[in-house]
Amino acid sequence: MSAATTERTPAVALNPLQRLGLWWDGVVDRYNALPKLSRLLLVILFVLFCYALPLLRPPIITTNAIDFGGVMFSVAAFALVALGLNIVIGYAGLLDLGYVGFYAVGAYTTGVLTTYHWHWPFFLALPLAIAVTMVTGVILGAPTLRVRGDYLAIVTLGFGEIIRICVNNVQWLGASAGIKDIPHPNTIGKKPVPPFDPGGMFAIPHLKWNGWVPSLDKVHETHFLVFGAVDAIPYYWLLLTAMILVLLGDRLVKASRVGRAWEATREDEDAAELMGVPTFKYKLMAFALGAAIGGLSGSFYASSQGGYISPDSFPLLLSMLFVAAVIVGGSGNRWGAMAGGTLVAYLPERFRAFADYRLLVFGLALTVLAVWRPEGLLPPRRTRRAKLVEAQIDELEGEGVVDE
Amino acid sequence: MSETGAQTGGPLTKVLEVDDVTIRFGGLTALDSVSFDIREGEILGLIGPNGAGKTTCFNVMTGVYQATSGQVLFDGKPLTKLARHKITQLGIARTFQNIRLFRSMTVLENVMVGADAHSKVGFWDALLRTPRHRHTESESTTRAKELLKIVGISARHDELAANLSYGDQRRLEIARAMATGPKLLCLDEPAAGFNPAEKLKLMELIRRVRDEGYTVLLIEHDMRLVMGVTDRIVVLEFGRKIAEGTPAEIRDNPAVIAAYLGVDEEDAS
Amino acid sequence: MDLGALFGNLNNFLDFTVGGLVFGAIYALIALGYTMVYGVLQLINFAHSEVFMYGTFAVAWTFILLHGTGDASWSLGRALPILLVALVAAMLMSAAIALLLERVAYRPLINKNAPKLIALISAIGASFALAEAMGLRDRFASWVHLDHKLANYVAPDKARDVYSNPVSIQPHGLFHLGGYEVTDVDVVVIVAALAMMFALDMFVRRTRFGRGIRAVAQDPESAALMGVNSTRVVQVTFLVGGLMAGAAATLYMMKIGSTRQNAGFILGVKAFTAAVMGGIGNLRGALLGGLLLGVMENWGSAVFGSEWKDVVAFVLLVLILLVRPSGLLGEALGKARA
Repeated sequence: MSAATTERTPAVALNPLQRLGLWWDGVVDRYNALPKLSRLLLVILFVLFCYALPLLRPPIITTNAIDFGGVMFSVAAFALVALGLNIVIGYAGLLDLGYVGFYAVGAYTTGVLTTYHWHWPFFLALPLAIAVTMVTGVILGAPTLRVRGDYLAIVTLGFGEIIRICVNNVQWLGASAGIKDIPHPNTIGKKPVPPFDPGGMFAIPHLKWNGWVPSLDKVHETHFLVFGAVDAIPYYWLLLTAMILVLLGDRLVKASRVGRAWEATREDEDAAELMGVPTFKYKLMAFALGAAIGGLSGSFYASSQGGYISPDSFPLLLSMLFVAAVIVGGSGNRWGAMAGGTLVAYLPERFRAFADYRLLVFGLALTVLAVWRPEGLLPPRRTRRAKLVEAQIDELEGEGVVDE
Repeated sequence: MSETGAQTGGPLTKVLEVDDVTIRFGGLTALDSVSFDIREGEILGLIGPNGAGKTTCFNVMTGVYQATSGQVLFDGKPLTKLARHKITQLGIARTFQNIRLFRSMTVLENVMVGADAHSKVGFWDALLRTPRHRHTESESTTRAKELLKIVGISARHDELAANLSYGDQRRLEIARAMATGPKLLCLDEPAAGFNPAEKLKLMELIRRVRDEGYTVLLIEHDMRLVMGVTDRIVVLEFGRKIAEGTPAEIRDNPAVIAAYLGVDEEDAS
Repeated sequence: MDLGALFGNLNNFLDFTVGGLVFGAIYALIALGYTMVYGVLQLINFAHSEVFMYGTFAVAWTFILLHGTGDASWSLGRALPILLVALVAAMLMSAAIALLLERVAYRPLINKNAPKLIALISAIGASFALAEAMGLRDRFASWVHLDHKLANYVAPDKARDVYSNPVSIQPHGLFHLGGYEVTDVDVVVIVAALAMMFALDMFVRRTRFGRGIRAVAQDPESAALMGVNSTRVVQVTFLVGGLMAGAAATLYMMKIGSTRQNAGFILGVKAFTAAVMGGIGNLRGALLGGLLLGVMENWGSAVFGSEWKDVVAFVLLVLILLVRPSGLLGEALGKARA
């Protein structure tokens, strides 16, 4: 216990971001110290809060845009993408700069299956979209993952661009006009009949805030579970559910032989190979899993509110934002990656007033963050611990204590 | 010091046999008709001055290079070009001259990566937490902890590998290689950068490893260490084997003294 | 696919080949910046594309300053004095941006010995910020109420559009090579690019700084022990990369005539591809990779249609990396023979 306390109050000056890391460690420690039942309860409460967030519309957090549900949807979509990319970058150490390609493959598969050439229902198209993206990942990964690490970045960048150019030039995929009117998932409950019957099983009112005083907002209600252009909140719930499932799977796989093989490969590929790790197989696995999660996200994106995708929806810039999300959040830590995804999607929405300057500010913020806190906002706990020990040793050496 | 060369007599299984191996790189002959073998349960030292072909020999024995002529038999079967991870699964494990640990993984995890070498657990086992996964996982954890105890760093199993002292990192490398369950354990200059006290401890550890039933190939510069711990020694010079025998025989071999020990003794005096 | 379009007759073939060489020379000059920084630091200087882009703007502004706008285009001979001034301006501008990048986005990370991924993120951030700053130049000018005075330079409300034809040089045909009319502009682009590369090659091989660069590229620690100031070497590397990008920007503007705030991105990616193709860290590889990429993508666009040009470039990259993972001339900067 005493060791833990000294660890948390080092004699080193910390910058605010390091404090954040410590604070988070504290939270995790306290959580781990709780009895199992309370832990379960806390998790349930937290999950419920996440589900309820767009209904609660808490002050400060809520964006100026009317469609807070839509913002939350894109935040969740980014967090999901970051979660997938974290497997590729954070665990296996493969710098994928063309991740948007997989996002596009997922979206286009959904578009083609549900409206452009066939008329499958969304929930049937979704698994196929994931499968197609995964296969794409394997096809792209099999030749390129043998390439040295630094080159992989540029090769994947190239593939991201190739996929975009292909959809732009291939008529069968709608070419530059894109695919319109991608259907929403089927509503669960009564179908809405415009203009008067909103449908759904029941309606949930939102909260509205007068300063810090909440009251029920009966005008804006979310109808359970109507997927449509009007209300993004059911969509957000769907995505959040997918994210929780992915998160659970991520956790199980990471804490196993597979996760160790990924990390060993990332740390030293040659040594891993000589310790019996079939590194290529595991790199390909990480690549394909990452791709599948990207495809999942893309599929949701395609059938979301707008129901419209075009090559312009998948610029290479988006890839950069995805990578930035993972690294900013803390590559290798699933919570960090999700936090990064959340920030990257949320901040520009929150500060729309400065819309013209947001990319500028974003770029500067990336650089400042990288320089100020290279390991990301929430790096894996171990990294934080190691950094602290390092800093403490530096400090002691500075004072000349290490002389005994 | 007890006589540890007990295994040198009697009928012994050859773990690895280097049979008349020659390696040429372009016009350069790196190894010239070298033959020797490693017997089960022994510690074989491979020594020679710089540029004698130790590394080349090591690489041909671990399947990195293919012999230009001659062959290497491992476990009675010719060692053909294999993917590197397959070599480990075959039963050859190694440590690295310049330490190559998985630095941001914990000590225990490092060893578990080695222990995973023969694991059949795959993605679905992990995702679905099958009994096979749980069984293998607890088995490797136990085994990894045992090995850490053997090399003497079990107290630090939760530490990051990067945070270990230099000596402990070397010990961890040995534990990690042992975890792959090798029939032959190759130690590539494990004493590099050690002071005499640490070298003594390392000698003890190497003997202990052998007593655990491992066959050890030791490539080393430090003569005292090699003389003190090995059962037999093979000496290379300019790509040729110039001597082979017990440490005592090697010590008195005039060719070896001329090639190698003479220099060493002058240094020592 | 239409192989006949390319190989059907010699004229077409030469047309696409020479056209490709001209662009390839520009790729090669930009590729030098990537390859030098990679050779010394093993980092992908993602923001090098912005170094180039700022150079193109320096050229454009020089022309507006000395030439004005709206004029009919000039012949190369008449524009030559302005071009030389523009070349100096572009090289200074690009070098300044490159040094700024090194100072702000890289040095703090190099000092901390941070992972390479982080340096890449820092560079991506810097790249965004630089491109956006150029796209917002009218806003910045209006903050200090100069937007009208500087209208020709900042293009109020159109700062994000193509900065069209600020430089227009009328190429003058010299001779025909098959179906391709080789112009004075083409000759200048290729000759100037080759001359710059040759000069750089001499610089790296023959000078004290060149030796320093090679020493750091080979083994930073020993180089530091031998008294090489590695910070200075890194600075010089960025500086030289910037100068080359400035030269490339001038040649690019001679040939194309217009630019915009995101002009660097795709050219940067291509140039990086060229560097990797040739063997990153290798100066001559950059030249080979650049020329090859320029020619091959032109051939590709002849055969498959110009909309597939970029796809051809990337597929080529992948193929080369699969066959020769370390590029065509894999040898690194540090191992370049003295």
